[in-house]
Amino acid sequence: MASRVFAALVLVALAAVPLLAAALDQPFYVTLTTRILVFALAALGLNLVLGFGGLVSFGHAMYMGIGAYAVGILASHGVTSGWAHLAAALGVGALVALAVGAICLRTSGMAFIMITLAFAQMLYFLAVSLRDYGGDDGLPIQARSDFGLFTLDDPVVLYYTAFVLLLAVLFLFKRLIDARFGMVLRGCRTNERRMGALGFPTLRYKLVAYVISALVCVLAGVLLANLTRFVAPSYMAWTVSGELIVMTVLGGLGTLFGPVVGAAGLLLLEELLSSLKLGVPWLDQLLNQHWLGLIGLFIVLVVLVLKRGLYGVVVDRDRRRGGQA
Amino acid sequence: MNPARLQVSGLVKRFGGLLATDHLDIAIEPGEIHAVIGPNGAGKTTLIHQLGGELRPDEGRIQLDGQDIVALPPWRRSLAGLGRSYQITSVFPDFTVLQNVMLAVQAHAGHSFRFWKPALAERELTEPAQAALRQTGLADRAQVPVAALAHGERRQLEIAMTLATGPRLLLLDEPMAGMSHAESERVVEMLRALKGRYTVLLVEHDMDAVFALADRITVLVYGRAIACGTPEEIRGHDAVRAAYLGTQEESV
Repeated sequence: MASRVFAALVLVALAAVPLLAAALDQPFYVTLTTRILVFALAALGLNLVLGFGGLVSFGHAMYMGIGAYAVGILASHGVTSGWAHLAAALGVGALVALAVGAICLRTSGMAFIMITLAFAQMLYFLAVSLRDYGGDDGLPIQARSDFGLFTLDDPVVLYYTAFVLLLAVLFLFKRLIDARFGMVLRGCRTNERRMGALGFPTLRYKLVAYVISALVCVLAGVLLANLTRFVAPSYMAWTVSGELIVMTVLGGLGTLFGPVVGAAGLLLLEELLSSLKLGVPWLDQLLNQHWLGLIGLFIVLVVLVLKRGLYGVVVDRDRRRGGQA
Repeated sequence: MNPARLQVSGLVKRFGGLLATDHLDIAIEPGEIHAVIGPNGAGKTTLIHQLGGELRPDEGRIQLDGQDIVALPPWRRSLAGLGRSYQITSVFPDFTVLQNVMLAVQAHAGHSFRFWKPALAERELTEPAQAALRQTGLADRAQVPVAALAHGERRQLEIAMTLATGPRLLLLDEPMAGMSHAESERVVEMLRALKGRYTVLLVEHDMDAVFALADRITVLVYGRAIACGTPEEIRGHDAVRAAYLGTQEESV
């Protein structure tokens, strides 16, 4: 029960951010929170394979990159239709995910981590080599995606588009996790060998989960390009893949809402620590320069003390009280 | 003549220079409980893994009702009617007892690319699962999370899951492993109740259970079948006494 209330409160707060920002005359808050929504969406996608499937993919930033580059490349050719952006992003993303997944999922454990990382790095260097599209320096995007009915030019429209997408994916995943497909996926996490002996062709289920998970990250990438009006190879750097994992673990692996909490927690903390002004010059300087170290400390604390993550502990408390998560 | 339910012929498995399975022939008739016994290192586990499909034999054939299954991966063998339980309990601790058995039913009830309807709302899954739980005496534990089950109950669940796949041949790998005397007696009773309705290949260390249940017994020593017969025949078999039972009686 508590976990549901907590999740609902977070969502209501997120829904109110543009109103608050307008009232306080702080448009920057909308930008920051859009960023949180985008990464929450990506972490949510990753959590499908990482949390529910037990597959540690260290290359999901690649799919954010595919989404972002689809927008950037099409826009540089004067194609501003959001539907075209979306179709290209999802189409290419699905093809890449099918091919990469079909290869990577034949391995497991450490090999899977390494091979997903390797594919992401390949795509990263492919993007670096695209001189026509900015190469290493990246590619500014002149016009944002235009969906006819609405355009993502307005930051508030972009914000609510991301928000509605997040809600939709949360709801779809909620259904999926309890349906047959989710049962197979969670079974594979615990004991794939047994799943085979029971009669499940596990590879094809894991592959479909991997593709769905990748496509959610592609969506996040499309939004990210619209938010920053810029795309660069750094969007799919391995550190971004790592951040997505950290967000998922921080929020609570294998909980539906955990990645949202994790993404919000990590990005807010980054923002807070890098611009904190306590009024003590030497302390401020120390904090603002070494905030990454503090975040590292925070993550270590959460993992050691809470183990199941910020949201995971709330879910566990509910379970102990006999409720359903 | 009808083919045997399970026909193993000329099965060979080598690990380097070691012959773990040495030109083994076994035939199991429909409805019988066929036990495979043998001292440690006799190749019982290797045999089970080859039957289940987790190990590829180097030579030989495995036929289920006349169908050659030796090239099939484990999941296809399961769909062909081979249900196995594991020596090390392999249940899903995150799920309830009912969900565990439902998962076994689900594997044999069409594809699982269903993303919308909660599995717990599918009567096509819950009803056969409940039935399998009744058969194994776990019906009143259906809603309990597996993590809260005692060891013996987990072993029962292990068997319930295998039964729920509706197998033509049950492959039971040491179902009484690590059980107390009372618990293993309960499992013997349960298997006795299944007798005649299922064809069973039973690998077991508990000799009381084997002699109480089996119609026929194959004795493995160093990967070879040194004897095969009814419990009485095996009890009186000189080579078996020397290789196996004799040493055990002395140690008692």
